Amino acid sequence: MNHSAPALVAAQVKAPGKRRLRYSTLRKLVPYFYVSPATLLLVLLMLFPMVMVFKYSLMDGAIMKKDAAFAGVQNYLTIFENPVFWQSVGQTMYFTIMSVVFHFIIGLAFALLLNTNRVDPLIRSILRVLFILPWLFTAVIIAIIWRLLLDPNGVVNSVLMALHIINFKVEWFSSTRTAIHALTFANIWAGYPLYMVSLLAGLQGISKELYEAAGIDGANELEKFWYITIPQLMPIIISIALLDFIWTMQVFPLVWMTTGGGPIYSTEVLSTFTYKLAFSQYEFSLASASAMIILIISMSVTYFYIKHQQRR
Amino acid sequence: MAKRSFKNSALPTILTYLGLAIGLVFSTFPIVWMLFSSLKSNTEIFALPPRLLPKDFTLAAYLTIFNDPVKVRFFINSYFVAGVVTCLTLVIAILTAYGFSRYSFRFKNTLNIFIISTQTVPPITLLIPYFGMVVAFRIFDTYLALILTYMVFTLPYAVLLMTGYLNTLPKELDEAVLVDGGSSWTALWRVIVPVSIPGIVATAVYTFLLAWNEFLFALTLTKSMDLRTVPIGIQLLMGQHAFEWNEMMAMSVLGSLPLLVLYLVAQRYFLAGMTAGSVKS
Repeated sequence: MNHSAPALVAAQVKAPGKRRLRYSTLRKLVPYFYVSPATLLLVLLMLFPMVMVFKYSLMDGAIMKKDAAFAGVQNYLTIFENPVFWQSVGQTMYFTIMSVVFHFIIGLAFALLLNTNRVDPLIRSILRVLFILPWLFTAVIIAIIWRLLLDPNGVVNSVLMALHIINFKVEWFSSTRTAIHALTFANIWAGYPLYMVSLLAGLQGISKELYEAAGIDGANELEKFWYITIPQLMPIIISIALLDFIWTMQVFPLVWMTTGGGPIYSTEVLSTFTYKLAFSQYEFSLASASAMIILIISMSVTYFYIKHQQRR
Repeated sequence: MAKRSFKNSALPTILTYLGLAIGLVFSTFPIVWMLFSSLKSNTEIFALPPRLLPKDFTLAAYLTIFNDPVKVRFFINSYFVAGVVTCLTLVIAILTAYGFSRYSFRFKNTLNIFIISTQTVPPITLLIPYFGMVVAFRIFDTYLALILTYMVFTLPYAVLLMTGYLNTLPKELDEAVLVDGGSSWTALWRVIVPVSIPGIVATAVYTFLLAWNEFLFALTLTKSMDLRTVPIGIQLLMGQHAFEWNEMMAMSVLGSLPLLVLYLVAQRYFLAGMTAGSVKS
């Protein structure tokens, strides 16, 4: 760094005046050249569609009618009057909060287990690879694996009955009482590895000296965990949990492939509610209003996420 | 004293191993069950009491898939779309990441926030205007519709991962080329790209994973069986064949295979890239 910077200046100074001028104007444009393809594509595929969906949400009969009329906030009012919408909001929040909490607990537990030096390093590195596997499976496949396992005649019921935990075959995905919990469980299984990977990296970044100093002060393992590990991991925990909250709130394929929102709306979430409005009932204007509501919730959490990222 | 040293060494070790064993069952049992179910006959899948290993080992489910051109087509489509999306995403992301890591310019921070926030835009929100746009531009039910729309969620991750990686490379690397009178373009492709292979591999694997797993756009923006990707293919089979479970499981194994192989081959790069992305991004 130290000798290349003066060398660069020297090269510029030596260059003839005309070339230096062209060089400096071009130089200002260079970064824009590099970032423009991504910027253009994202504007075209992100900002423009967002304007469109907002416009649709204020119209009556968007996409379906050639001369759709302006309807103001009528679509939003219609959505708010729909009891299934509010039920979906509640179920989305239950699904999301339970997922985020258990993703964190399981991810942290696995990261701590993999971080100790009590276990043979080879076993640790093999398990580290295996514990991430659920993350690689697509939602459709996760859905059918759990439909097989949680089938009334499936292995989970067999095991639970053999252990006398239940005494009849539970229809996990087709009973209004259990479907949302079965769905949440499948999502918890699928999503903890992101926390595990990030927290493991975080754990390895904590200075050993902190623990040694605490040990000298007489702190026990629990106190070290609570007063060193958790505060040191906090920035990572907040980032991942905010992202996970946003992503889980938008989840679609897992719900679509396990329960489709049923039985009797008992697993309807905001994304399936919106999807059905658009592509089963062809109510694109209502669906756009519903999609805007999801966007507003996501963006308000994103605001905190970005604030948090910039403070770090 | 003896009791205390036991507590200090043996018991925590036993508990750690116990925890790891529980973790292993939790994380891999469903996957192992899927794998062995794909090797069972359809009647054996719900046999009582349940057995993990197949009694009559059979590859029938896999042979049925390989002999069905419709199902083989699902795989070809997925490989094609995910492959093209990965290549295009990588090129654009490398350019953007280079711009971000080597230059400061006006709107840099705004653009950075824009790219970070695109990670969190709900796909369902974009789906409705995409449907309208794709129909209006007459690209409904084409590869182009899928490739173009997938870029909106592969690109932000790829840019963040690549920028994170390039930020770890010393600036002297490409400045040497500039000092010798070379352009930044030369510096990027001759110097930066070759030394960024680990970061590029991590980004490529993650991009491929995102594109391979995409469901919502593939479900809505294509209609003909010729264009269906693996996730949609599995969904359709599930409806049509009313649960030929061994075949569904074989499709799932084949549908996960490319990601498992990529992950196992590139996991060193992949984990490093992911942690850099999630911890620092």
